[in-house]
Amino acid sequence: MRVNVTVNGEQRQADDVWEGESLLFVLRERLGLPGSKNACEQGECGSCTVYLDSVPVCACLVAAGQVQDRDVRTVEGLADGDTLDPVQEAFVEAGAVQCGFCTPGLVVAAHDLLDRVPKPSDPEIREALAGNLCRCTGYEKILDAVRLAASRR
Amino acid sequence: MTLTPAELTSAVSGGIGTSPQRPDGNLKVRGEFAYSSDLWHEDMIWGATLRSPHPYARITSVDLTEALKVPGVYAVLTHSDVPGRNLYGLEHKDQPVLAVDVVRYQGEPVALVGADHPETALRAMKKIVVTYDVLEPVVDMETAAGDTPLHPGGNLVRHVPIRRGSQDVEADVVVTGRYEVGMQDQAFLGPESGLAVPATDGSVDLYVATQWLHVDRDQIAAALGLPQEQVRLTLSGVGGAFGGREDLSMQVHACLLALYTGKPVKMVYNREESFYGHVHRHPAVLYYEHGADHTGKLVYVRSHMYLDGGAYASSTPAVVANAATLGVGPYEVDNVTIDAYGLYTNNPPCGAMRGFGAVQAGFAYESQMDKLAEALGMSPVDVRIRNAMTEGSVMPTGQVVDSAAPVAQLLKLVQDKPLPAGSLTDIRELPGGVSNTTHGEGVVRGVGYAVGIKNICFSEGYDDYSTARVRVSMVNGSLAAAVHTAACEVGQGLVTIMQQIVRTELGIERVTVLPMDTTIGNGGSTSASRQTYVTGGAVKAACALVRDRLAGRTDIGDEVIDETTEWRHRATEALDPVTGQGNAHVQYGFAAHRAVVDVDVDLGLVRVVSLDCAQDVGKALNPQAVLGQIQGGSAQGLGLAVMEEIQTSGGKVRNPSFTDYLIPTVLDMPPMSIDVLELADPHAPYGIRGVGEPPTISSTPAIVAAIRAATGLALTRVPVRPEHLTGT
Repeated sequence: MRVNVTVNGEQRQADDVWEGESLLFVLRERLGLPGSKNACEQGECGSCTVYLDSVPVCACLVAAGQVQDRDVRTVEGLADGDTLDPVQEAFVEAGAVQCGFCTPGLVVAAHDLLDRVPKPSDPEIREALAGNLCRCTGYEKILDAVRLAASRR
Repeated sequence: MTLTPAELTSAVSGGIGTSPQRPDGNLKVRGEFAYSSDLWHEDMIWGATLRSPHPYARITSVDLTEALKVPGVYAVLTHSDVPGRNLYGLEHKDQPVLAVDVVRYQGEPVALVGADHPETALRAMKKIVVTYDVLEPVVDMETAAGDTPLHPGGNLVRHVPIRRGSQDVEADVVVTGRYEVGMQDQAFLGPESGLAVPATDGSVDLYVATQWLHVDRDQIAAALGLPQEQVRLTLSGVGGAFGGREDLSMQVHACLLALYTGKPVKMVYNREESFYGHVHRHPAVLYYEHGADHTGKLVYVRSHMYLDGGAYASSTPAVVANAATLGVGPYEVDNVTIDAYGLYTNNPPCGAMRGFGAVQAGFAYESQMDKLAEALGMSPVDVRIRNAMTEGSVMPTGQVVDSAAPVAQLLKLVQDKPLPAGSLTDIRELPGGVSNTTHGEGVVRGVGYAVGIKNICFSEGYDDYSTARVRVSMVNGSLAAAVHTAACEVGQGLVTIMQQIVRTELGIERVTVLPMDTTIGNGGSTSASRQTYVTGGAVKAACALVRDRLAGRTDIGDEVIDETTEWRHRATEALDPVTGQGNAHVQYGFAAHRAVVDVDVDLGLVRVVSLDCAQDVGKALNPQAVLGQIQGGSAQGLGLAVMEEIQTSGGKVRNPSFTDYLIPTVLDMPPMSIDVLELADPHAPYGIRGVGEPPTISSTPAIVAAIRAATGLALTRVPVRPEHLTGT
């Protein structure tokens, strides 16, 4: 099938999409956007989190056909040219990035949290990020990064 | 801390002792860092692996006919298509690239498919007909040695005995125990993956996520029947490792398919396949007897322990040696009798994971120290300090600890930290959290302590070295440096450390880290907490050669200064095979934890309230990265304490997914207060002491001790499950 979708503000088209493919596969393998990550492909780890019509979703759980004529924003669409989004900047500065495989999903999840709750409490941060697994950091520096990004808004 | 060589003072920023941003950080937060699963090549096809559904079976026939008919399939391969040696392994070459006539674990690779779409490959795979004669699996590590032999030499992979002092001395107070450690998974987030690109001359390039490029290359070349120079490896982005990438996974398979089809081949495991595709932490059963006098001084420690290596040896021999040589923990004991056994079974193969044998022993000996404290009426901290090792102490192997061993100080540091307030008001801070399972009723609090010891770098006489190349030239009117190694960056921040070392050594701020690949000499393994020590040492040594040629110049015109050198740490010795005596280790690292837990005794739910840590790192080359290692290592220890286990039944894995294999989330990890000591090791570059593994060892027993203190239960097995707490 053919899928037409707006990705990071650009109208994109993918051809020969097999009906069983996920949004994640289409982004990574057909549209050249591998930033959303394939850590579990079953909605448990959050590393493929993208915005679908401004709502964060696990791209691995969205069938490719479901995004027809809709709007997707991925981690690649957060920076403004060379200027990082404040959340991205804070992740680098705070040391929240080690292997970085969870980072794209966490950056999108934190971006969404700060849009909804500009000054979140620690329990609010923890709840918002509870669907994103990280195996390297023990999360402490991810919390630091979200606090830092919030303080700069 | 006392070691301050003149060369450490540097005019440029971002040198050692500071925390500059990692050079790959921007790419990673933008989603533009190329991990091994992100690779793409014009005209590439996809590889898939058919795996055994049985833990132990004889293969009676394999029929590829229908699979080969699937449109879009380029190749279906079996062991008969392996042109070189069909056996590989880190220490023993005992594992088939593709099974021949027998499978020894569930998930063992049997056949490969190359196809134009991953789904096509999976469909074709399902059309391969393999008939098995299913055999009774060997699954009990304690009886495996006398059971059906799974390999020609029997099921004992290695026995390491340690004999020190008297074997029949008696003590005033004796405590015994049997402890079990479940099978933990590294659960790195980036799945096994890579891209193999064939060249027209019959050679191959592999872009892959691994921990050791050169040993991968050597094993791949042997399997492909190619000279080593015809197999070129380049490190791709690595999504975590923790030991799980020391062994081969898809490396040979992708290269085989690429050479057979003449097309670039991408292979990416999904999470379920990842659980079958790499080795795990050895499950263990450990028997201990500790004897002490009335003052709490240890008189003897006796132990025999079993580590389940699963179907193939992997790094079992070295894991067993660690469990044995570190088996009494960071304590002075004059009389030690230890027998550690690594066994073959039909359980999933086990090998390296952060802590590497020291974790299993650590849970057992620290549980014993608490038991001893209780028998003596002493506090857990006091009994540990009474026996704490110091610099100059003698290990059970006879090796003298010849640099800082601040065991008592680390314990006092965590003991003296303020305790967290009891919060029984905010439901989010209670066991069960917003699941709303309690409002404080049935909740009890406990505090526990533990301290651990880990060897740093490779041991037992291994020639452990790294190769570094540093090149300096003029760029836009000022000196710029490039550093090249084959040492794998897996997330820990070696790329940053290498830049920092070059800045400090050469006073050059602009430092580029070149891609890690096999065009340069061996960098050694990213394991045993060794890369900052050994590759850091090699980069420092290469800088010294460059510095001599620079001779203070800041303008070298068109000259390019390019120096490559190998650097090795001081030599170690083999263990005596009868007594286990010998200077087997290079360096020891120590960390201590204090855990505070709340336990809902009605439901068996645990919330770790705080997990404070003190660790000596010799010298913090990058303080932010040091804290990141301690926090991440402690989190993996927490996982083993209360949730993480690959559960097997009759050799079959019951929970190969992140739905059923749980790792800590941000809700499970408490805030940590961390003290970092910098007691320089005079033998190590800059005085550093390996950081990554020690916190994983003490975290687990500290948490379990806290749960015991809260509940009064014996708790001899990790992970502690709800039913262990409720008795249901």
